[in-house]
Amino acid sequence: MRRRTWRAVTYGVPLAFLGLFFVYPLAAILDRGLRGAGDPPLDVLADPLTREVVWFTVWQALASTVLTIALATPAAYVLGRYRFRGRSVVSAIVVVPFVLPTVVVALAFLAILPDGVERGWAPILVAHAFFNVAVVVRIVGTFWANLDPRLGEAAATLGASPAQRAREIVLPLLAPALAAAGAIVFLFSFTSFGIVLILGGPRYATIEAEIYNQAIRLFDLRAAAVLSLVQLACVVAAVWVATRLERRLVVAGGLRAERDTLRSIRTRREKLVVAASLGGLGLFLGLPLAVLVERSLAVGDGYGLDAYRALAEPTSILLASPWEAIVNSLVYAAAASVIAIVVGGLAAFAVADTRGSRLLDLLVLIPLGASAVMLGLGFLIAFDTPPLDIRAAPWIVPVVQALVAIPFVVRIMVPTLRSIDPRLREAAALLGASPGRVRREVDLPIVARGLAVAAGFAFAISLGEFGATVFLARPDRPTLPVAIFRFLGRPGEVNVAQAYALAVVLMAVTVLSVLLVERVRMRRGGWF
Amino acid sequence: MLRIEDVTVRFDGSAAVDDASLEVGRGEVVAVLGPSGSGKTTLLRVVAGLQAPDSGRVLLDGVDLAGTAPHRRGIGLVFQDHALFPHRDVAGNVSFGLRMRGDPPRRVTARTAEVLELVGLTGFEHRSVGSLSGGEQQRVALARTLAPEPRVLLLDEPLGSLDRRLRDRLLEDLGQLFDELGVTAMYVTHDQTEAFTLGDRVAVMRAGGVVQVATPDELWSHPADADVARFLGLANVAGKEVVRPEAVTVRASPDGNGTVESAVRTGPLVRLRVALDDGRALEAAVAAVDHPAPGDRVDVTIDPEGIVRLR
Repeated sequence: MRRRTWRAVTYGVPLAFLGLFFVYPLAAILDRGLRGAGDPPLDVLADPLTREVVWFTVWQALASTVLTIALATPAAYVLGRYRFRGRSVVSAIVVVPFVLPTVVVALAFLAILPDGVERGWAPILVAHAFFNVAVVVRIVGTFWANLDPRLGEAAATLGASPAQRAREIVLPLLAPALAAAGAIVFLFSFTSFGIVLILGGPRYATIEAEIYNQAIRLFDLRAAAVLSLVQLACVVAAVWVATRLERRLVVAGGLRAERDTLRSIRTRREKLVVAASLGGLGLFLGLPLAVLVERSLAVGDGYGLDAYRALAEPTSILLASPWEAIVNSLVYAAAASVIAIVVGGLAAFAVADTRGSRLLDLLVLIPLGASAVMLGLGFLIAFDTPPLDIRAAPWIVPVVQALVAIPFVVRIMVPTLRSIDPRLREAAALLGASPGRVRREVDLPIVARGLAVAAGFAFAISLGEFGATVFLARPDRPTLPVAIFRFLGRPGEVNVAQAYALAVVLMAVTVLSVLLVERVRMRRGGWF
Repeated sequence: MLRIEDVTVRFDGSAAVDDASLEVGRGEVVAVLGPSGSGKTTLLRVVAGLQAPDSGRVLLDGVDLAGTAPHRRGIGLVFQDHALFPHRDVAGNVSFGLRMRGDPPRRVTARTAEVLELVGLTGFEHRSVGSLSGGEQQRVALARTLAPEPRVLLLDEPLGSLDRRLRDRLLEDLGQLFDELGVTAMYVTHDQTEAFTLGDRVAVMRAGGVVQVATPDELWSHPADADVARFLGLANVAGKEVVRPEAVTVRASPDGNGTVESAVRTGPLVRLRVALDDGRALEAAVAAVDHPAPGDRVDVTIDPEGIVRLR
């Protein structure tokens, strides 16, 4: 392909896609919120309920972040300092909760909620920590593993006690990684939807959940649009603060290759620390999922496969059989990952190619913070009237799921593309490879792995996508998370049992696709 | 003052330090000389308390240091490649030990200035360590270690990463500084020049053990065994006999007793390898612009004074 054509494609396709399916729906929300019925949006802003929701959203996100970091730090320390058998297995397994659909996570915590404990803020915080622990363990642990241990040793020979070393050396040097991981956890908790909807009960709602309430339960699209704008403003502000903070905290130097920093576990005390940290994390991550499986098998006082057998039978709740929801989910997720890989992959080429293309970089990343519910609402508003009356089209669900997955695809692909050492191409050329041959022999094998990883992630994310899909899935074509949510909304033990069974199926499919990814994943590079 | 007794450290079963013993007197600088992998750095880490020995003891002023954490030992260590704190400026690095000790801010500032002057870096207080040249970083590392006045100073190949000219200059500065301060120090290096220049005595390490401890002159005149002799650059070792290169005289002569095999210029000297007619091979150093070329016949004489018998 000629260079200019290639550039036109790598810029044009993502820009057109994002323009139509992201900027336009966002503009529709803006229009509805600010102009809507002619009133300025002040009444929604002045509503004490709005203030309560915003306040809860902010403090639960902060508290969730702190809790997540506290729970993840021991494991990050162990992965960052010790070399032991199964180290890479541990760092692969912690990712599983992160890719689990939020609906599954919420259900798992609903299952272990002791009798008599109300739904409310506490289970929400714990579920957020469960979901996000991987972010902190992976980002901070990887960074820790690259910190030069001699800096701590130097401090020790200068008279610094272990506590002083932690405060004066480790903490300041880890700060950029902590800030980066903390910012991601904060954003995810801030825009949390499925977990809050299921675990919050009637009293607690994040902005995200309240947008859904206003739009779907109260049919007040204008209030939903105004709340979306509030959320967008908060997210933009949070991202701005986080980027500035990260930039200020970055320290040049002090890093070393992992093979020089990790040491083997020698003393009994070290064995105990490693076992306690990893065991504690294992229990925290394993217990809710184990209970979830147990609940799906419970029949009366005993155990059986009744709930699973019932999946094949049609039910009035879904206007279809739960089995069909599984098929719907797989088809939608496959289509969504193809879209995400094409659009996100092309965007990644454009971003990686010219380091100056900040606009595209930013445009691709915003959907990450703009939140799934906002996308769903935007689609609902924008594509419901001519000229674009496409809300009922079957491909609209994969498109919105792809939008949610695209930022992840770009984040995975850009480092992979940039990691190709130009000297590799030069070396290949000097060894007699033609330009086309260079692309085939050098670029493609490296990019192919990144693409496989990104595709797996996109598939897992689309599979569990709930916030946007719940707005757009047609009643007779539910996806797995939507079906689970509908079952939960109905009373009766049978319905709850079916929800648990569907959650277990969803978990199994997701874990399977993630384990496949981990097998392909490059040992270095990537997002985290 | 510092006594290392029969220290052994094993990594994965093999001994990195093998039954090593060494003593450093007050105000003495002992250079620990050995090839890479001989256990020098591990031995230093044991003394600093960063590595627990599998057996053996380290005593400071007669007190066993086992069980004393590194930050309570009062032993300073200058790391290889410096290990400067990247998140602190020059003054922040140098004052670190003083702050850990709990010195009041006034004293911290005064002592920091004093030490920076000592190493010739006055005015560098607020420079970031990343912006310094290799030589400057080395001085900051030294100043940082000296600031809290450690009882023993350990240096791990401190000049290893610098280019030759800079190294020679810093070597001279270090020698002066050691004399001036009267420090007790262990200086680890694989470079014979550094060891001989700075060490009051030189401890030669091989395969984890200390094989010989002697003054530079003694070491040069009486290497303990053939390996030490070779490591010191004495190439003409045959059985129990060592012939110093400078004791060998080579003169071009068609009816000589040997043939030049190779001639390599290494700076001012030319190293000649000569095959003698009696079957022996010798290395000689010639300080001349004109020198015999490979294939030339030469006459080789050996000054009997230059022959050392190994014990």
